[in-house]
Amino acid sequence: MKTFNYHSPKETKEATKLASSNSVFLAGGMTTIPSMKLGLASYKDVINIKGIKKLSGIKVSGKTLKIGATTKHAEVAQSKEVKKSIPSLAALAEGIGDPQVRNRGTIGGSIANNDPAADYPSACIALNATIHTDRRKIDADKFFRGMFETCLKTGEIIESIEFEIPAKSNYQKFPNPASRYAIVGVYVAKHKGGVNVAVTGAKSCAYNDKDLSSALTKNFSSSAVQNVRVSPSGMNSDIHASAEYRANMVKVFAKKAVEAC
Amino acid sequence: MASLVGSRVERKEDKKLLTGRGKYTADVNFVNQAYAYFVRSPHARAEIKKVDISKASKASGVVAVLTGADISNDKIGGLIAGWRIKSEDGSDMKVPAHPPLASETVNYVGDHVAVVIADSLDEARNAAELVKVDYKVLKAVVSTQDAMNSDQIYKDIPKNLCFDWLLGDRAKVKEAFDKADKVIKIDLINNRLIPNAMEPRAANADYNPSTEEITLYTTSQNPHLARIIISAFNGVAPENKLRVIAPDVGGGFGSKIYPYAEEVVCSWAAKKIERPVKWVADRTESFLSDCHGRDHVTHAELAVKNDGTFLGFKNETIANIGAYASVFATVTPTYLFGPCATGVYKMPAAYSNVKAVFTNTAPVDAYRGAGRPEATYTIETLVEKAARELGMDPAEIRMKNFPTQFPYQQTLVHSVDSGDYVTGLNKAMEVGDYKGFEKRKKESASRGKLRGIGLCSYFEACGIAPSPVVMMLGCGIGLWESAEVRFNPTGNVTVFTGSHSHGQGHDTTFAQIAADQLGVPIENIEISHGDTDKGPFGYGTYGSRSLTVGGTAIVKACDKIIAKGKRVAAKMLEANVDDVEFSNGEFVVAKSNKKKTIGEIAFACYLPGTYGEVKSPLPEGEEPGLKETSFFDPANFSFPAGSHICEVEVDPETGETKVVKYTAIDDFGTIINPLVVEGQVHGGLAQGIGQALYENCHYDESGQLVTASYMDYTMPRADNFPDFDLGFTCTPATSNPLGTKGCGEAGAIAAPPAVMNAVMNAIGTEISMPATAEKVWKACNENKKTNSEAA
Ligand SMILES: Cc1cc2nc3c(=O)[nH]c(=O)nc-3n(C[C@H](O)[C@H](O)[C@H](O)COP(=O)(O)OP(=O)(O)OC[C@H]3O[C@@H](n4cnc5c(N)ncnc54)[C@H](O)[C@@H]3O)c2cc1C
Repeated sequence: MKTFNYHSPKETKEATKLASSNSVFLAGGMTTIPSMKLGLASYKDVINIKGIKKLSGIKVSGKTLKIGATTKHAEVAQSKEVKKSIPSLAALAEGIGDPQVRNRGTIGGSIANNDPAADYPSACIALNATIHTDRRKIDADKFFRGMFETCLKTGEIIESIEFEIPAKSNYQKFPNPASRYAIVGVYVAKHKGGVNVAVTGAKSCAYNDKDLSSALTKNFSSSAVQNVRVSPSGMNSDIHASAEYRANMVKVFAKKAVEAC
Repeated sequence: MASLVGSRVERKEDKKLLTGRGKYTADVNFVNQAYAYFVRSPHARAEIKKVDISKASKASGVVAVLTGADISNDKIGGLIAGWRIKSEDGSDMKVPAHPPLASETVNYVGDHVAVVIADSLDEARNAAELVKVDYKVLKAVVSTQDAMNSDQIYKDIPKNLCFDWLLGDRAKVKEAFDKADKVIKIDLINNRLIPNAMEPRAANADYNPSTEEITLYTTSQNPHLARIIISAFNGVAPENKLRVIAPDVGGGFGSKIYPYAEEVVCSWAAKKIERPVKWVADRTESFLSDCHGRDHVTHAELAVKNDGTFLGFKNETIANIGAYASVFATVTPTYLFGPCATGVYKMPAAYSNVKAVFTNTAPVDAYRGAGRPEATYTIETLVEKAARELGMDPAEIRMKNFPTQFPYQQTLVHSVDSGDYVTGLNKAMEVGDYKGFEKRKKESASRGKLRGIGLCSYFEACGIAPSPVVMMLGCGIGLWESAEVRFNPTGNVTVFTGSHSHGQGHDTTFAQIAADQLGVPIENIEISHGDTDKGPFGYGTYGSRSLTVGGTAIVKACDKIIAKGKRVAAKMLEANVDDVEFSNGEFVVAKSNKKKTIGEIAFACYLPGTYGEVKSPLPEGEEPGLKETSFFDPANFSFPAGSHICEVEVDPETGETKVVKYTAIDDFGTIINPLVVEGQVHGGLAQGIGQALYENCHYDESGQLVTASYMDYTMPRADNFPDFDLGFTCTPATSNPLGTKGCGEAGAIAAPPAVMNAVMNAIGTEISMPATAEKVWKACNENKKTNSEAA
């Protein structure tokens, strides 16, 4: 690992001031530290944001559930508020990585990183989330831009993620047998305004499958899924799963999610 | 005292290992030690044009940057192939030079080019980035199947062919096939695996310039072999000036039997810079540079009569041995594979023909089972296919062809001293409720799942090995084993073994044996191994040999102790030696109450005198002390065998396959400690099921290792396995006094065919290992298509 300056600010403002194009925020460090150790990334400044109190916590207010950016996966998985308001989100968090990862990794880090196979991005899209940063509010469907790419600007800090509480929802993950990240993960959420089917793992970035969403908005049943064609074009293809297989699994896991709703 | 042999004594070593108090090579540190970091080839095949170390040499903390030119200037020898194989045409195998640091060409991704030694690991790693290597990249040879028709890697090795070996009689096989009612054919790939020991390889070499001695701590299954190779072949230091210590070692599975380039380089470099040099592999280096396992492409045929009787067997295999011929790379696909390929059956005619090829991939060597899993997979999937094609029950066809008289001389090589395959399979069918399968299948179907059942009856040649036999076949070493039993003056005992424990539980099992033999409580017995300066030369642990060969050496050494004890007791008790009997730790004069405990005898041997008078308890001419050594060379291999039955459930929607029931009935001869044996079987099954369903080493066309981390290489985890139902039958081995046969590899040998036969039974199609979800899903879809077309 290359040497770097370590900072531990207590306020968001201080953190953003320290940030530059050659810095990184340290939340759970579950992505950042391994990539620094492997020499894939190096930074001049590492800014630990876990000391900023207002970035963590879970709160339900009316129709939304708000989770602070540095809240750990294990906290989301065990939270009574989450289990009660959006049980599928608690279940999703429980299925991330292993106990070590869940007790370190954070929701803010996960969505800022935007791994194509990460679980949380699908939740944000399916649950019409609003990403609150130190300077603006961003709709989830605009936030995720591509592989490991979001619309965050240099030094912009995610403060919290606000989810719309759905009428029904379920997340089904088909884990990669090696990494246990999602080969595909399908998040189905039924809101007053319609159904969202958000898919992760299948393409370079999580997305809302419009065809599945509209089919399920019309008819919320697994047979409705059966009649939708999911195209393999643009889907990931690797040693674990071809594009064709992924496309089929999107349907299989969408059906499972609808049936489990 | 009750016998400890056969009892579930808890492992003595676990307290230390489970509480983090083990001492591994990475835990060893010397004052003033420097750290090595290897510059490795990023290309699968290239010529080295130039290595520029000028910048790296000047970087912060750097002590030395050493290259292939330095190692050849110092006349350090290359790594060796330890077993000479002759081709069918009588010619010797062809092997390329394998310098510890390359100077002309690199031949796989991870091949060693230079080493940077610095005051800290970070400095060594950072400076390694400054070593500029100018490569001319060449087209890599990657595919096992196509290696012989690809570019030639080494000037003197046409067709990339190491050898083309034959065992058996082609003419007799042809005759048998001419008489057959039916010939069953199969094409198989035995997938390449990466061993993944929990502890990565490591070395820490300390050089003392005053005594000119090197002490090398290393992750080895076989420190004596490491010493003799690094001395006699690499020429780093004479044997008496090289001490090799393999302290606690966290698994090996074959990949740590022999020394690698890193140990040679660290020892040599320590001497050169007169500082200790430490190297610990990171996980990526383990994936890239530990020797891999398996990697066969096989075409096999079985000639049968309509009633299921086997008449003959052909096995045509291409074995990929990677870029260089590693120490056991040439024996693994020949003598460990070929003779076992006829399985547990009467096979009147047979041959195994193996072509070993070089490719631009990491060297391939012995991996848990070494040749025998490949052999068993071949014959057991072939037999299952024969049953399918003849419309016979897979158990029935096996039963029909089992030999029932032992000793049984097989057609190819082995004379199997004992066994009872019929009882084993019957017991497996009973314990595994073979009859109840159809009912379970229906229940699975009601949940939308396809259930399949698969059998495997296996044998293996273990207890490796009778030295004159293996040396006649080309082995460069003997394979006997040693033991020294040393009584301490106060009556407790230290037993030195030339074998090595890296998970097998020697500290417990070997102590049980010594406790029984000597009548000394197990708490008073310590097992010592892994240090060439302690105890006699030995050959280490692999090939399920430790107990059968090394354990027997302990028994023989104990016999000598007891013989001496009798002589001393006779003198002390004023009796005739022939009247002294030994049992339960006591020497007793027959028909009397005169006796001495073995502790008293030990004490007398070490303190042979009496206060106030000149009087020795030792008979005239008897030396003081109580310590005996034995070297045991077995007369034959041992032959564990068994039958396993696996049931899987396939989800046709996703192709996911789960092992839902697994029954293993094994005949390991006498069992010393069932707890240890069950642990060995569990571990072996995990690796065998891993090979069948999950693990696969994947190189892309350019020779880059795609599965170079746990993100892509599927190591199985606990949730991939059901509870295993284990059981045993016992026909004691006759080639050693304990009657033991070996148990370390059985699971990894039997599981792949048992699992794959179950998968194929579930989906009704042949597929290759590993049966990953997508492959199985595709096969299910193909079936659906053909079924609907047929309808
Ligand atoms: C073994 C393993 C298994 C895993 N399995 C899964 C899995 O199954 N599913 C899954 O979804 N994930 C998985 N992960 C990823 C894990 O869940 C983490 O969420 C993820 O690594 C990033 O979170 P972090 O808190 O560790 O972020 P860090 O590593 O600390 O940071 C990651 C990036 O996010 C930025 N960042 C962090 N916080 C903020 C913020 N508040 N505002 C702006 N930018 C920020 C940082 O600058 C950095 O670029 C796994 C990780 C490991 C190591």
